[in-house]
Amino acid sequence: MTSNGEWLEIDGERVVQGLQAAREALASAHSDVVLDFSAVRRIDPNALRTMEKLAGLADGKAVKVVLRGVNVDIYKVLKLVKLTSRFSFLA
Amino acid sequence: MAEIVASLSEERIAYLEGLVSQARTAAAIFTQYTQEDVDRIVKPMVLAGLEQAQYLARLAIEETRLGVVEDKALKNMVATEFVYNYVKDKRTVGTIREFPERGVVEVAEPIGVIFSLTPITNPTSTVLFKCIMAIKTRNAVIFSPHPSAGHCCYEAVRIMHEAAVKHGAPEGVFTCLESQTLQDNAYLMRHKDVGLIDATGGPGMVKAAYSSGKPALGVGPGNTPVYLEKTADLNMAVVDIITSKTFDNGTICASEQTVVIDDEIYDSVLQKFSDLGAHICNEKETELLGRTVIDPKTGYMQPLAVGQKATDIARMVGLSVKPNTKLLIAPIQGVGREYPLSVEKLFPVLAVYRAKSVNEALTVCVDVNHAGGIGHTAVVFSRNDEIIQKFSELMNAGRIIVNSPGSIGALGGVYNDMVPTFSFGCGTGGGNSTTDNVNVYNYLNIKRVARRTQAHMWFRVPNQIYFNMNAVENLRQFPSRSTVIITNPAMEQIGHVDTVRRHIPPETLVHVSVIPDAEPEVKVVMQGVEALNFYKADQIIALGGGSVIDAAKIMKLKYESPEADLEELAAPFLDLRKRVVQYPTEKVTKARLIAISTTSGTGSEVTPFAVLTNKQQGRKVTLADYSLSPDVAIVDPQFVMSMPKGLTADTGVDCLTHALEAGVSIFASPYTDSNAMQAIRMVFKFLPIAYEHPQDEEARTMMHNAACIAAIAFSNASVGVNHALAHAFGARFGVAHGRANALMLPHVIAFNAGVPTKFMPSPNQRGYIAHKKYAMVADLLGLGGKTIEEKVKNLEAATERLLDRLAIPRSIAELGISKEEFERAMPELVKIAFDDPSWRSNPRMPLLSELAELFWSAYRGRSLPTVAKASQPQTAEEWSCV
Ligand SMILES: NC(=O)c1ccc[n+]([C@@H]2O[C@H](COP(=O)([O-])OP(=O)(O)OC[C@H]3O[C@@H](n4cnc5c(N)ncnc54)[C@H](O)[C@@H]3O)[C@@H](O)[C@H]2O)c1
Ligand SMILES: [Fe+2]
Repeated sequence: MTSNGEWLEIDGERVVQGLQAAREALASAHSDVVLDFSAVRRIDPNALRTMEKLAGLADGKAVKVVLRGVNVDIYKVLKLVKLTSRFSFLA
Repeated sequence: MAEIVASLSEERIAYLEGLVSQARTAAAIFTQYTQEDVDRIVKPMVLAGLEQAQYLARLAIEETRLGVVEDKALKNMVATEFVYNYVKDKRTVGTIREFPERGVVEVAEPIGVIFSLTPITNPTSTVLFKCIMAIKTRNAVIFSPHPSAGHCCYEAVRIMHEAAVKHGAPEGVFTCLESQTLQDNAYLMRHKDVGLIDATGGPGMVKAAYSSGKPALGVGPGNTPVYLEKTADLNMAVVDIITSKTFDNGTICASEQTVVIDDEIYDSVLQKFSDLGAHICNEKETELLGRTVIDPKTGYMQPLAVGQKATDIARMVGLSVKPNTKLLIAPIQGVGREYPLSVEKLFPVLAVYRAKSVNEALTVCVDVNHAGGIGHTAVVFSRNDEIIQKFSELMNAGRIIVNSPGSIGALGGVYNDMVPTFSFGCGTGGGNSTTDNVNVYNYLNIKRVARRTQAHMWFRVPNQIYFNMNAVENLRQFPSRSTVIITNPAMEQIGHVDTVRRHIPPETLVHVSVIPDAEPEVKVVMQGVEALNFYKADQIIALGGGSVIDAAKIMKLKYESPEADLEELAAPFLDLRKRVVQYPTEKVTKARLIAISTTSGTGSEVTPFAVLTNKQQGRKVTLADYSLSPDVAIVDPQFVMSMPKGLTADTGVDCLTHALEAGVSIFASPYTDSNAMQAIRMVFKFLPIAYEHPQDEEARTMMHNAACIAAIAFSNASVGVNHALAHAFGARFGVAHGRANALMLPHVIAFNAGVPTKFMPSPNQRGYIAHKKYAMVADLLGLGGKTIEEKVKNLEAATERLLDRLAIPRSIAELGISKEEFERAMPELVKIAFDDPSWRSNPRMPLLSELAELFWSAYRGRSLPTVAKASQPQTAEEWSCV
């Protein structure tokens, strides 16, 4: 599923920039985009809003955004704003 | 909701949705924060609030035109500094409280989005207070200020937001409606993403909040009664009342409304008020005041007067008062619509009432409390603790302020150690869900993490047990003036009574009370009590089997505590330590009970149980309490040598049943196990010998000891379903206790070894272990078998062989009871067995249908086939939990 997709590592210190790069990648992607969250400890409202947009973009393109290595605290944030159903998760 | 949506424009809905979305995002982000994170944010917010206290006070006065700027500034400071002082060391993230001795930990879960309405009377202070609480608890707040205080509140929210975000709070954590309508509020109150409504303000808004269907914190209106009692420090009281009632021109809803003053001090109190700048209204002025500041139509205060100065109100009414008048005092003669000033007045007008007695004073305070102030605040000035106590019991008020100002006192932290707040919960009387001074804990979902605790267990045995041949000689050491021997005719005939008499010291007067040869009934017990009373017994010797000893236990109970109600004491219970009924502990007459057992089965000589039979009702009741345990047990085999074979068999199987049931009981412990297992070994070895060779002294001795040892086990671990069945069946069909047990025994082993339909809650055990315990017994007896299943089967078989060897009938049918008769009895048997407390310690909870099945199995005499399947592994670890 993910082997031929695009793989992006999100820098824990520059989450919003990383997500913006992901948006660009998604714009030209034909298969799944995997975002590696292993280095991200926390997200802020900006990052969350960017993720919402990312989910919307993926919906429009029928391409999956796969989040890898999301820590459970961030997962709970996504759950609270009802975003978990819009991403796929990879351990 | 559809109606509300229809009343709002699309743009307005988009605006409101935007506020909620921001708040929701901020709240979600906030969940990632630690205690240290939030504490780092709170402090600079508090400093920003303190810095802007005066600025915000001015804004509030300009906009609302009510209150006093100095007081409003002070309120802003209380709302920041005092609230901070209270919350700063409180844990509000993660584990917030620990109760190690109970194994309980409280963990905080934020609410998320709070929709908060703030009042006109304390606009900015309420905002500051709520912002601090919200950050401390990781919640986001959408504020909806009173329409006449929108600007100052907006500014307060802005200042708090700026300080919070600067120090790391998620952006959007506070938002504020720039202007609001009832529709806006209604929309937000019902929004699915709003978790809680915190409504501080007037009754209409609070009611709307509670009616929205959302969880809400609301406050209620006040009408604070004050009792100024004659022992009070009058100088202090008068200054306190003036300070409080004039604070921010009386806008705090906890401020004093009617002061009820004892007759003896009334004049001097009024003089003091007057000396300190109050104007005491005469009758005409009071009437005029009442007509003007209270709306005659509604009976409520006129909004125009709220928060105005005393002199301005006097001008409004047309009273001439001194220019520096602080307070208008209006004497009233009662409470209610005829006395308009007896209601809440959020301005410096105070009603006073002259009370002729304490009773009258308290009655008027109750009236004031109920005239619109239930659940809010009440104040008492007194040095008499009884009066303060009485007042506290009578007033329905979340805050009862003693010897201090009502308004500032209720805010908490200044005059007392109450929690600082700007929201006074008024309880159900005020239409609220809490009487708290609303605080950080009301902004949290508190989760209780409850660890499994091990209930304390016990192991109690009578402190004197004399055993082995001629142990009866020990009777010599017990001095007594008057001893009554309770026994039955058989004991007299056999000569056991004479044997006992020989060992009682010669100076003791001995009386023998012979009771019928049957399981005890109340009538028999009461006859025995008469004998004990007649002879003023200081010692009771029970000589006989379980029936006699049980009868003696109950006689002693009734002798020492004649008022004890046996029916009540036999009331059902689930856990001995928590049961409802209490056995009498204060004994008037203390008689020593010495139990000499003449059967080797019940072990009644050491147990805390006594079984009463009700032949008419065909049932038995079990009394259980350690106060029933005999003081001394004599286990002397010379008294059992005469037992006929049938009795030896029946009582021996009773003993085995005790040990097996105690072994698998949910209250089994290593202490009871050691006794239960030893008793089982002794029974399997010596019961057949005692049965076949009644004169074998060793076998008799061992069986007699086994019965006592098994009883020590079940006195502490209790018995099980076998006894419940046997009690019901034995009483209904007149079958001896031991025999009834024997008929059930193999079926009960199979039943307990099977996978339960219903598990019995048993906090002291790890998993289901009854089958493993049986396997352990099989190992102990050297019965062989590789798996637990095989071992259980071998135990069942060994039990069957033992019963065969004892020539015990193997089915109820064999007793000559017809199937039809048994069928007819079944509903009652099941009912009685289910009511029997014995099975409460059984490892497997019997369903009613299973009790019937067990009865039928015993009737047919075949074992139930099911055995627990999950029983294969036999690691050391598994055994260790046994
Ligand atoms: N208190 C407890 O802890 C406890 C426990 C189990 C059973 N019980 C109760 O105990 C009663 C049964 O007691 P039990 O089994 O000892 O029988 P029992 O006391 O009813 O005696 C049975 C019969 O044997 C006779 N007898 C007793 N000792 C004798 C001896 N040495 N030689 C010849 N005959 C003798 C008695 O006179 C009687 O006729 C029942 O009511 C039962 O519910 C009480
Ligand atoms: Fe018994």
